[in-house]
Amino acid sequence: MSALELLAQQIINGLSLGAIYALIALGYTMVYGTIELINFAHGDVFMVGSFVALLIVGSLGVAGTVAGPAVAIVMLAVLLGAMLATGLLGVVIERAAYRPLRRAPRLAPLITAIGVSFILQNIVQLRAGPSPVSFPDVMPNPIIDAGNVIISAKQLMIIFVSIVMMAGLQWFVLNTRLGRAMRATAQDRQAAALMGIDINLTIALTFFIGSALAGAGGFVFGIYYNSVWFINGYIAGLKAFTAAVLGGIGNIVGAMLGGVLIGLLESLSAQYVSERYVDAIVFGILILVLVFRPSGLLGQQLPESA
Amino acid sequence: MSSLETRTTIFPRFGRDRRSKALLGAVVAFAIVYPIIDRNASHVSSATDAGVFVLLALGLNIVVGYAGLLDLGYAAFFAIGSYAYGFLASPHMGIHIAFWLMLPIAGLAAGLFGVILGAPTLRLRGDYLAIVTLGFGEIVPVMFLNADKYTNGPNGINALDPPFIGQYNFGHNPLPFYFVVLGLIALSVIVIRRLRDSPLGRAWMAIREDEVAAAAMGIDTVKTKLFAFAIGASFSGIGGVIYSSKLGLVTPDNFRFSTSAFILSMVVLGGMGNIPGVILGAVILFELQSLILTQLTLWSHQLGAFTHIGFLNELDFVNLKFLLYGLALVLMMLFRPEGLLPSARRQLELHAAPEVAASESQELYDVSTGTQSA
Repeated sequence: MSALELLAQQIINGLSLGAIYALIALGYTMVYGTIELINFAHGDVFMVGSFVALLIVGSLGVAGTVAGPAVAIVMLAVLLGAMLATGLLGVVIERAAYRPLRRAPRLAPLITAIGVSFILQNIVQLRAGPSPVSFPDVMPNPIIDAGNVIISAKQLMIIFVSIVMMAGLQWFVLNTRLGRAMRATAQDRQAAALMGIDINLTIALTFFIGSALAGAGGFVFGIYYNSVWFINGYIAGLKAFTAAVLGGIGNIVGAMLGGVLIGLLESLSAQYVSERYVDAIVFGILILVLVFRPSGLLGQQLPESA
Repeated sequence: MSSLETRTTIFPRFGRDRRSKALLGAVVAFAIVYPIIDRNASHVSSATDAGVFVLLALGLNIVVGYAGLLDLGYAAFFAIGSYAYGFLASPHMGIHIAFWLMLPIAGLAAGLFGVILGAPTLRLRGDYLAIVTLGFGEIVPVMFLNADKYTNGPNGINALDPPFIGQYNFGHNPLPFYFVVLGLIALSVIVIRRLRDSPLGRAWMAIREDEVAAAAMGIDTVKTKLFAFAIGASFSGIGGVIYSSKLGLVTPDNFRFSTSAFILSMVVLGGMGNIPGVILGAVILFELQSLILTQLTLWSHQLGAFTHIGFLNELDFVNLKFLLYGLALVLMMLFRPEGLLPSARRQLELHAAPEVAASESQELYDVSTGTQSA
């Protein structure tokens, strides 16, 4: 394997990983853009998504038994199921833990978010056990072998799913009434309310969409790694948040870009630096971005506020 | 607002002075005689560890409670203090600096790291700071874990020097550690109280309540926040020295986010910004973890064996502890954000907010209906 092929391979791996981060990062960026809250529980919503997907796959009892076009139908069913479940979970979390504190000092919802994160992790740990749980193969995984560079069907599926999701989100936000309401609410909540927009509904919708995207991320994560674990959400969430900040928090395209960049950074630094320092490098980047360009790559300069 | 007025209205001394003094005396007396009443060495040891966490919570309270900055990587400074002791007071590097000297050294080292981390990041919006500290809190243990040439990696550094007083070796006896911790807590409480009432402390609270207004009043907000950050971190460093010298060992897995969140829960539960509250919160949560949950599990298993109810046999309350912390954080923030023992000033601040919000939204509502009817 030549150096160039190695690089190409790592770029492909990084893109698939980055697509997952991008799906999670969208939820952070949408919620932050709307209510200026770092939703610490979002990574755990992603994790719950992977477990819901596992639950659905298990209850369908289809792993390894379906073939042909049926695979696509099963996958779609699992994906939508996971998205619906996490979307509703996000709405419930917002209603119970964040909405009552919308006018409280900013510290308060951040602290409840940490609490919610603990609660989600522990409930899953109690139900599924403290060790990683294996995720059965739902789809066949033929490998496209281009010389020494390998692209798996799973990787293509991940990239396909996230492109569809992101394009759909972008279309929704830019072209629908509700999407316009979301943008208006993000820009100025009071003015939006004066224009007759139902703020509570719009924020709930933002949580639903962001969490559903994280659920989709959880589903493809389970398929890709064949394993799900109750603490996966914490690190993945932190990296996705890094991606959102890197792209410019509040900026949807920025979150996608940031996710892909973080995925690439991670796979390249695992290859060329050291597997063990990957997390430190990613969080180092986070700190550097926040220090030197807190508005991110695509973000606007936001006014300082307490 | 004159400082005299603040004192009389915000910290009412009238009438409760004698009672609170009596209560304080009773608590201190109990803390001193506790290890004499309870001869169980493991209980004393656990009380000592609880005391270390009281120190940590007091330090974090300066950052979160006084200055209103959310530090989610506080355990990283605990790690720095612990490893400082590991490097400088063990056969690992052949350096043996005395425990008593290491207390200020580790405090300074942790404070220095606080400044290094804080100087560039304290200019950021408040919630970005939370994330930066979280990232820092992840990086530090990873470094200690992976730089195994210097730190022995996951095995950590062992055979740390025990503290000495003259010829008296603390060894593995928790009793002298208990009194050292108690003394340090007393000293810290005095120092923190004085800091709180100093111009610096009042500047912290001004920033917490309204940063823009504080800056307009001529407070150098970055410098003031940096002081809070560094002083808070130094408590964590000092805690690390005691904790690791008592354990005789330092490993990288004690300092992850869960530890930072554990300390944060103590501060929130007890009452952000209130010293007795924070101490109470730390003692409750630590003893909950080390004694009560273990005991509950034991009882539940005994009851299960006695009544042949399988469910009781399998309950493990220790496993539930983070669920309980999570619930505590959420419920406290929703229903009693000022904590178990609130600071009067913080209570005002936290409860004023919803009233203002109510009147504001009322206003909004009226305007919007007005527009609709017009």
